Amino acid sequence: MNRRSFLISSVGLMASGRLFAAPASAARFLLVFLRGGYDAANVLVPVSSAYYYEVRPNIAVQKAAALPVDADWGLHPALAQSLHPLYLRRELALIPFAGTEDTSRSHFETQDSIELGQPLGTRSYASGFMNRLARELSARRAISFTHQLPVAFRGEAQVANVALNAVGRAAVDARQSALIAEMYKGTDLGAQVNEGFTARDTVMRDLGDEMVAASRNAVAPRAFEEQAKRIARLMRGDYRLGFVDVGGWDTHVAEGGADGVLATRLEALGRGLGAFSQAMGEAWRDTVVVVISEFGRTFRENGNRGTDHGHGTVYWVMGGAVRGGRVAGEQVRVGRGSLFQDRDYPVLNEYRAVLGGIFARMYGLDPAQLAGVFPQAKSRDLALV
Amino acid sequence: MGRPLALAAMLLSACASAPPQVPARAAPEPIAWPDGSPAVALAVLNRVSWGANPSSQADIVRSGTGRWLDAQLRPAPAALPPDAQAAIDKMSLSQRPIGEIVAGIEQQRRTARNASADERKAERQAYQQELTRLAREAQTRMLLRALYSPNQLQEEMTWFWMNHFSVFQQKGPIRALVGDYEEHAIRPYALGRFRDLLGASARHPAMLVFLDNARNSAGRLNENYARELMELHTLGVDGGYTQRDVEALARVLTGWSLNFAGGEPSRFYPRRHDSGNKQLLGTTIRGTGAAELDQALDLLARHPATARFVSRKLAMFFVADDPPAELVGRMAQTFSATDGDIAQVLRSMFASPEFRASLGAKFKDPLQYTLSALRLALDQRPLPDPLPVIGALARMGEPLYARATPDGYPLTRTDWASPGQLATRFEIARAIAYRVPARLPAELAPPLGDATRDTLAKASSAQEWNLLLLSSPEFMRR
Repeated sequence: MNRRSFLISSVGLMASGRLFAAPASAARFLLVFLRGGYDAANVLVPVSSAYYYEVRPNIAVQKAAALPVDADWGLHPALAQSLHPLYLRRELALIPFAGTEDTSRSHFETQDSIELGQPLGTRSYASGFMNRLARELSARRAISFTHQLPVAFRGEAQVANVALNAVGRAAVDARQSALIAEMYKGTDLGAQVNEGFTARDTVMRDLGDEMVAASRNAVAPRAFEEQAKRIARLMRGDYRLGFVDVGGWDTHVAEGGADGVLATRLEALGRGLGAFSQAMGEAWRDTVVVVISEFGRTFRENGNRGTDHGHGTVYWVMGGAVRGGRVAGEQVRVGRGSLFQDRDYPVLNEYRAVLGGIFARMYGLDPAQLAGVFPQAKSRDLALV
Repeated sequence: MGRPLALAAMLLSACASAPPQVPARAAPEPIAWPDGSPAVALAVLNRVSWGANPSSQADIVRSGTGRWLDAQLRPAPAALPPDAQAAIDKMSLSQRPIGEIVAGIEQQRRTARNASADERKAERQAYQQELTRLAREAQTRMLLRALYSPNQLQEEMTWFWMNHFSVFQQKGPIRALVGDYEEHAIRPYALGRFRDLLGASARHPAMLVFLDNARNSAGRLNENYARELMELHTLGVDGGYTQRDVEALARVLTGWSLNFAGGEPSRFYPRRHDSGNKQLLGTTIRGTGAAELDQALDLLARHPATARFVSRKLAMFFVADDPPAELVGRMAQTFSATDGDIAQVLRSMFASPEFRASLGAKFKDPLQYTLSALRLALDQRPLPDPLPVIGALARMGEPLYARATPDGYPLTRTDWASPGQLATRFEIARAIAYRVPARLPAELAPPLGDATRDTLAKASSAQEWNLLLLSSPEFMRR
């Protein structure tokens, strides 16, 4: 059974321009990438599906434990203090059966193909979709909160990056920075070096006295709350487009149900996103956060009370002006018959269409500009903002 | 920057006048190197080592580039400086067999689990501290060898394969295992046969834990290792395998698990093995038990996709981010013709005009950058403290044994030359530069351009001069 009631698919609407209340220059977008393929079926729980309980005898989240969403779905209890309140305030929408048409079930292949955002079958590592978005929005500053510039941000537009868990006060002073920049003038790294110094100074200014040196290397979700507050300061300040990734979702073994490994990670992630929404203050009205992952996991638990690589996943869209409090997008009743390749969730809401729809509303991009971000994609307006 | 290009042009013209004499059959003869100039020797040294320093420079000039490369490909046992060797000798990793180490930490884990509520916290802490101590030993040993061993290629290749068969030390007890993994599964074969690396990594407890095969058993399949074994270790993602092959290989791998009770830390458990026949990549693997693993690994190691995938990765590390397809093709041919003899594949690469033309143009990753700066600063003098180095690598996003995902760290400039990376790198440069009392030997860095020379002239102290040298665009490349 397909439920298309929430879907407002209309090219006419797209062409009509911006629908987001915030002025385009104030609009902020943060992409959160959960690397490792989080187990979406245990986060947005299909509580009305008997088959879910049948094939997850050890790791299912019981209906009584799940937080109420609607007749068919419940939310993982670890999100009780963080995202469920956002959902109830209608600031969070969930899109099940979301993802990519890539069926390699490889983490790296699928992450790359999503970040590149190109039509399936073509692949150029020179350009990711967040960079193309930055280019279309030419005046707005973009930053990745990661050690390396992610594939999504590769490309022509100059994008800063800073690892918020490894920043400290700079020891290279202004004069030395200028001397170093001089050596790179006119070289193929000149732009990066300048951007690096500029971002370093901007980050110090925005974070101010809160800045504390810490040298953790991994973006462990447990540390995510502190990072999320810093991200908020920077996105309230100078930056308008952001990216961060959180790892540790590849739960092949003993992932747990209402409690356990996945619950612990979710709790920390939810707390971080909740803290971010509060720390944004007034600017939360102008902000859209989208949480994605490369794929969902096998619908059945495996032999080790974990799950293996799957296909369709659940995207989260949140923000002060998001039209949330609902499960959005095209859906199908969860059961054995609706599984993709008798293994995992199908993809009914392709990521380029969904994100394109959000960008169209946020920034009033016309079809040509949208095609610049997602070539050959048909945007679908889920009226999320 | 015109410098790498100019160097490449110079090298190309040198090749044109004196083509390299590559032996048709893979005979262990010295590589015929067409150019005896010290500048080219230095460029080779900066590529095929963790960085030039006065002693290694003297070595390569003394023996000549071709013979030096040849010796690197067939390393004789080498002595480290006495204090570095003594530091390694007194490590638990050197003094206790791995069976004893894992039995010890397993005992500690059980003690912590069974401790009374009051004592549990302290016992858990003791367990964690022991794991961390063992991991520090492995990290320190790696740094000492990279900084001081004359067998630089062997140390580079050890890192390369540790990265190819990557494990994440923060998972489970891997901190206690990673030192043995490097020492016994990877390092002995770093210049040997690919098939030996594959077999040793597949059976090592570090890999069995990291990719969950320790839990993979008949009727309770876990396909994590099977998938990465084909995608990341052998065939590559486009190597032509399907989801069915992943499942078949996962069944082959059932029953290979841990033994922390003493002795060999891993073994085959026949009762956990799926003894049915399997179809892997179109070949039937009969359900015979433990022998199936070697049959499957033979199939994977000899697959043409593996020859291409591994050769390309080697060329990305040693030649270019996007290595010439022709070169990769020739290396893959050597790989197949020699049954995956790594030294022979490298020999064909070093002897190629593509390799010579590429010298000086590869962007250093954070590890290469840090080690090259330290080698230049220290030469044979002892490293005062490994911890700040371990910390610096973490700060730059490339901590030792700590890539969380099984793909290993990336090898290209795009991955390591982002604005934030560079700003952090200059901070690391400063930390090193200000600990050196006199000017570093700039003549061992890649040749400096005018902009760098002009800027160096403005330095207000030897330390600032060192900072600028280590921050220069030339020093970012090898």
